[in-house]
Amino acid sequence: MSEKNNNNIVFPIGPQHPSLDEPSCFNITLEGEKVINAVIGVGYNHRGLEKTCESKTYIQDLYIIERVCGICSHAHSTAFCMAIEELTGVSIPKRAEYIRVIVAELERLHSHLLWLGVACHEIGFDTMFMYTWRNREKVLDILASVGGNRVNYGVNTIGGVRRDLDESINADILKTMDALEEEIKYYADVATTETTLISRLKGIGRLSHEDVIKFGAVGPVARAAGVEDDIRVTEPYGAYKEIPVHIVTDTNADVYGRTVVRIFEMQESINIIRFCINNLPDGPLTVRTPRRVPAGEVIARVEAPRGEDIHYIRSNGTDIPDRVRVRAPTEANWHGVKHMLEGGYLADVPITIAAIDPCYSCTDRATIVKSESGIRDMDWRAMRQYGIDWYKKQGIDLTVFKR
Amino acid sequence: MSVYSFILEFVDRKMYAHMQNREGPHWYQPVADFFKLIGKKTIIPADANERIFRAMPFVTLAAVTAAFLYIPVLGGKAVFSFSGDIIIVLYFLTVPPLAKFLAGWYSRDVYATLGAVRILTQMFAYEVPLFISVLAPTLLAGTWSITEMAAFYNEHPLYALINIPAMVIAIISFQCKLERAPFDSPEAETEIVSGVLVEYSGRLLAFFKMAMDSEMVLVISLFSAIFLPFVTGIVWVDFLLYIVKTLAVLLVLTLMRVTMARLEINHIVMFCWKYLAPVALGQVVINLLIRGALQ
Repeated sequence: MSEKNNNNIVFPIGPQHPSLDEPSCFNITLEGEKVINAVIGVGYNHRGLEKTCESKTYIQDLYIIERVCGICSHAHSTAFCMAIEELTGVSIPKRAEYIRVIVAELERLHSHLLWLGVACHEIGFDTMFMYTWRNREKVLDILASVGGNRVNYGVNTIGGVRRDLDESINADILKTMDALEEEIKYYADVATTETTLISRLKGIGRLSHEDVIKFGAVGPVARAAGVEDDIRVTEPYGAYKEIPVHIVTDTNADVYGRTVVRIFEMQESINIIRFCINNLPDGPLTVRTPRRVPAGEVIARVEAPRGEDIHYIRSNGTDIPDRVRVRAPTEANWHGVKHMLEGGYLADVPITIAAIDPCYSCTDRATIVKSESGIRDMDWRAMRQYGIDWYKKQGIDLTVFKR
Repeated sequence: MSVYSFILEFVDRKMYAHMQNREGPHWYQPVADFFKLIGKKTIIPADANERIFRAMPFVTLAAVTAAFLYIPVLGGKAVFSFSGDIIIVLYFLTVPPLAKFLAGWYSRDVYATLGAVRILTQMFAYEVPLFISVLAPTLLAGTWSITEMAAFYNEHPLYALINIPAMVIAIISFQCKLERAPFDSPEAETEIVSGVLVEYSGRLLAFFKMAMDSEMVLVISLFSAIFLPFVTGIVWVDFLLYIVKTLAVLLVLTLMRVTMARLEINHIVMFCWKYLAPVALGQVVINLLIRGALQ
């Protein structure tokens, strides 16, 4: 497992490790407790989502896209719907835009609460972990009552939303927001006063303003370094054009800054949800959209909880997309991680990785595979066969599951 | 003692859970865990030194049990007692970290090795403040025997108040010794999986866990014998008093575990040497001066 030369230890974090919630491998070269080199290995979670999308219709793709990420599912489907709506030239009803924003902000709340819990767990502060996850349940309960599911809500559809908000749900949401606001104030208090917490987070995993721009980091990682990068403000879409959104930034540029940014962003999300519910316009939920999408290509950008999410769709005039490209926010944040880890200590590695809120399976892509005969393209069936064969070689025969 | 270690583990886990807004385990959970592990297969890594790997859980348990004989539980008297037994107890207390270091080192695993190195580093950090703070009360009592010292403080209960700074230092260093949060860096789950215990399984793991729980009983009993040495003379009342005292100490230890995040190993070393050791030394000077004034 370890190679030793010049007293340096190669310390593997992953593919299976308690601090990772998805398989991924970080080979950390240690000199004592100091990290002198970090090699990031992703790709354990490739699911071939983009390729799958090219063989299904747009409506079917919506369900696949919703499952790109288990946490920011709504952000992905919003971006996908926005892209198709732009290609077909329809504009969705006001009420649908507002409902999309409400769900998006609820999703941000639950994502950030989840992150806060995970981050506290990484630094061995399990009490906070239990508290935040308890509060996250409240948000999940609302999302379940809105969409019917805890994580994949299925609220979006091409041309609007599928679920309406009635008076009782609105009252429920407002009540929960009041309760959550109190809790978030408490977390803000803990994060700014608890000394062991601050000493563990401050100065760790620094990514300065220049580095953020150099590595192209997005979302809370960028905002913690004072980069005002928030698609909701810089390039508003949907109902965000009318809703006042304040960018939360920080100047710490480290893990502590990212924590503070996320906590105050939750506060901001609560304000946005309140504004939306109080100003929810009446009207229909969907407009009719044609099944066949006119030929063309389009990019849609959405602010997911983890940062900027980009969807690219190329249409050839049929009801099946020619190419779908999903740039999940984690994909942009990976590049800075090596820089953040090196020069730090082993104890800070898990929290530094966690601080970008990585979403491994959203990120893993493979379109070409290197083989002995050089580089070749693989189509969907060949790739599937390759996977089955590869596992067979490892002694795992997946075909027995097929009846 | 092992029965009491199960009870203390349960109380610790239950309190920990309640402070975190959770339900917590059933009262029989620690015993169930122990017997379940006993029934599991023991796997020893091919690279490990088998003899040391097998011996270390029992060495730890033996050292802890031997030390426990010198601590007064029922009333003011321990099972064995002679002048100088506190030194013996402190020596026995250094065995568990060393045994764990050997267990980790000879597991030949990168996580276990790092955990082992961290255990030794942490030992260098807490050992000095711990020893000084435990020895300060004995200097005031003028004896090296735990039993005699308890008798001294029973005669002069107010003198125990002088030892309060040493008491604070001792409880922090004991938490550090037990490798519990915020000093659980040697077994940090999210960094080095579980440190030295990573390769242990089955019966050996069960006994290692039991040894560690017993170490907690030993440390808490030692703490209450040195810093809360109040007894009534009636055996069953004293036993109840012992339970109350140990539970109170455990409450403090659990509170520390709940309210703090894990410290890094270099922060622990700095904290121990910068703050704990000087305060403990100060206590020794104060106690020597008072002792001098008394005579």
